[in-house]
Amino acid sequence: MKKYSIPTLLILLAFGVSLLAYYEIIDLYIQSVIMFIGINIILSSSFNIINGYMGEFACGHAGFMAVGAYVSSILNVALFTQDKVFGAPVLPESMALMFFPFSVIIGGIAAALTGLLVAIPSFKTRGDYLAIITIAANFIITSTIINISSIGGARGFMGMKTIVFAMEDVVDLPWMLIWVFVFTFLCVFLIRRFVTSTYGKGIIAIHQDEIAAEIMSVNTNQMKLVAFMFSSGLAGVAGALFAHILGYINPGSFGILKSTECLVMVYLGGMGSLSGSVISAILFTLLIEGLRFIIPAMDSGLHMVHLLPASYHLSQVWKWVFIPMLLVLLMQFRAEGIMGNRELSDIFPKLKRWYQFK
Amino acid sequence: MKLLEINKLSQYFGGLCALNRFSVDFEGGELRALIGPNGAGKTTVFNIVSGFYQASKGDILFGGKSLKGLKPHQVTRQGIARTFQNIRLWNDLTVLDNIRIAQHHKLGYGLWDNFLRTRHYLDREKTITRESMEILEALDLVQFVDELPKNLPYGIQRKVEIARALSIKPKLLLLDEPAAGLNSSDIKGLITLIDWIHKEFDVTIWMIEHQMSVVMSLCTWIQVIDFGSTIAEGTPEQIRNNPAVIKAYLGDDAI
Repeated sequence: MKKYSIPTLLILLAFGVSLLAYYEIIDLYIQSVIMFIGINIILSSSFNIINGYMGEFACGHAGFMAVGAYVSSILNVALFTQDKVFGAPVLPESMALMFFPFSVIIGGIAAALTGLLVAIPSFKTRGDYLAIITIAANFIITSTIINISSIGGARGFMGMKTIVFAMEDVVDLPWMLIWVFVFTFLCVFLIRRFVTSTYGKGIIAIHQDEIAAEIMSVNTNQMKLVAFMFSSGLAGVAGALFAHILGYINPGSFGILKSTECLVMVYLGGMGSLSGSVISAILFTLLIEGLRFIIPAMDSGLHMVHLLPASYHLSQVWKWVFIPMLLVLLMQFRAEGIMGNRELSDIFPKLKRWYQFK
Repeated sequence: MKLLEINKLSQYFGGLCALNRFSVDFEGGELRALIGPNGAGKTTVFNIVSGFYQASKGDILFGGKSLKGLKPHQVTRQGIARTFQNIRLWNDLTVLDNIRIAQHHKLGYGLWDNFLRTRHYLDREKTITRESMEILEALDLVQFVDELPKNLPYGIQRKVEIARALSIKPKLLLLDEPAAGLNSSDIKGLITLIDWIHKEFDVTIWMIEHQMSVVMSLCTWIQVIDFGSTIAEGTPEQIRNNPAVIKAYLGDDAI
C-alpha cells in the first residue's frame, strides 16, 4: 500500500489533469502554467544536484537547457516537417509521436555532453572561479547559437508547433501535458534514487569535505563528472519540453536571467532538499503567474486611494522588483530556504506511514 | 616482501625542503610512531604516502608496487587508510553514512544499477550496510549510527574517524595525531583502543603523535624527524635518551 501511494497519486493527477484538458474544462493558459511548473521542477531539482547536494556554485543552467531545446527541436523539425533549411520531411508525420520521447532524451544527452564544458574545469576549480566558468559556458552556448544563422541565429527557431499538432493528429490527447508529467516524474525519481544511494552520497561527501572524500576512496573527479553531466542532461530534457510547449525558441530566453531563475528556485527551496526544490518550483511559477494579476490589481488599488499619480501605471516590469525583493527577504530571514536540507518526511515524520519514495 | 618501503623521499615546496631523503621500511604488523617538533615534516610524509602530494624525489613501494602517480582514492584502494590531525568527518551525514561512503571503491554497481534498483544493487547496498554495522559494533559505536558527527563529543568523533578508516580494511593505517585535543581519560581509552585494533584487525599502524605517553606505551619503534631529515630511530628507551632528540625538542642549552 505504502509502496504504491505516490505512483497512484501521480498517475491519478496526470490522468485527471489530462482529462480536464481534453474536455477543455481548463483552458490553454492554465495548461501552460501546469506545464511550466513541471519544467521548473525539472530545472530546480536538477540544479540542486550541483548547487545543493554537491555544494558547488554553478550559475549557467540555462545554457544546457538551450542545448537540449535546440537539439531536440532541430531533430524533430528536420525529420518530420517541410523546412526551408532542412528540406523535405525524412519520416512520415505519424511517427512524430513515437519519436518524441527519444528526441527529448537525445536533447538531454547532447546537453549532458555539453556539461563536460563545466565538468572538466571543475576538477581543479571550486567556488567563485567555477561560478565564473559556468557563466562563461552559458555565454559560449548562447552566442554559438546566435552565430549559426541556419538555425535562425538571434531571430530564433520555430516549427515545433507542427510536431505537437502532428502528435495530436495521431491520437487526439493533450500530448505535451502528458510528456511533461512523464519526464518530470522520471526526473525527480532518478534524482531521488541517485542521492539516496551510497554511490550518489559521494557527491554529498564532496560537498562536506572534498579532501576527506578523495582520501576515503571516493573518486571525486568521476563523481563531479557524473553529477555535472546528470544535472545538465536533465536541464536539456527540460529545455526540449520547453521548446515544444512554446513552439518557438530564441537564444535570448536561455540567458543569464533564466539561470538566475533556476538559482532562485534552488535557494528558495533549500539546498540539498529534493522536496524543497519541487515545492519552490511550484510556488515560484505560481508567484510569477500570479503577479500577472496582482500587479494590475495593485495598480488600480493604488490609484483608487490616490497614492500613484494618475499618469503612472504599474507595469509587469515590477515583477523583477518583487521577485528579487523576495530573495533579499528570504536571505535575511530564512537563509536556508523553505526546507533547509531536510525532506518533507523529515519535517512531518507521520507522512512516512503513508508513502515511501525511493 | 616488505609492506611499505620508502626510499630517499624528498619534497620541496618552492625553495623550501620539507622532506629530505626520508627512508623507512615496514615488514608488516608493526606499530610504529613518527615524531618530531612542529613543522618537522611528519604530516608531509603522510600526505605523500596517502597520495595527496606527489613526491619531488624518491619512491614509495607498497607491497612491492610503486605508489607514484596514484591519486589518493587509488592509494586507498591499495589498502592504505588514514585519519586526520583535525577531524575530517562529513558532518551533515549520519555516522552510518560516513562509514558507508568510505566503501565507495568497492560498491561494485554502476549508475544504471542505481537508477533501476536492480537486485545486484540491493544486494551490494545490503552487504555494505552490514559490513559498516559490523565495524561500528566492533568499536562500540552502534548507539551513534543515526547521529550526525557534529553533535557528538570530540572523543567519539575521533573514534568514528578511526572506524571509517578501518572500514576500508586497510593493510596500513596511518593515524595523524590521534590524541590531539583529547583529555587524559580519553587518551587512556585511545591507547587501549589502538592496541586492540592493532591485534584484532591485524593491521600495521604508523602514527604521528605528540603525546609521549601514547607513543611510549604503544610503539615498539620510533622514528624522529626534524627539518625533514631523520635524526634518530630506535626503541622508546633509546629515543628517550638520545641527545639529538633532546636537542631537537628542547634546544642546545638543555644538554
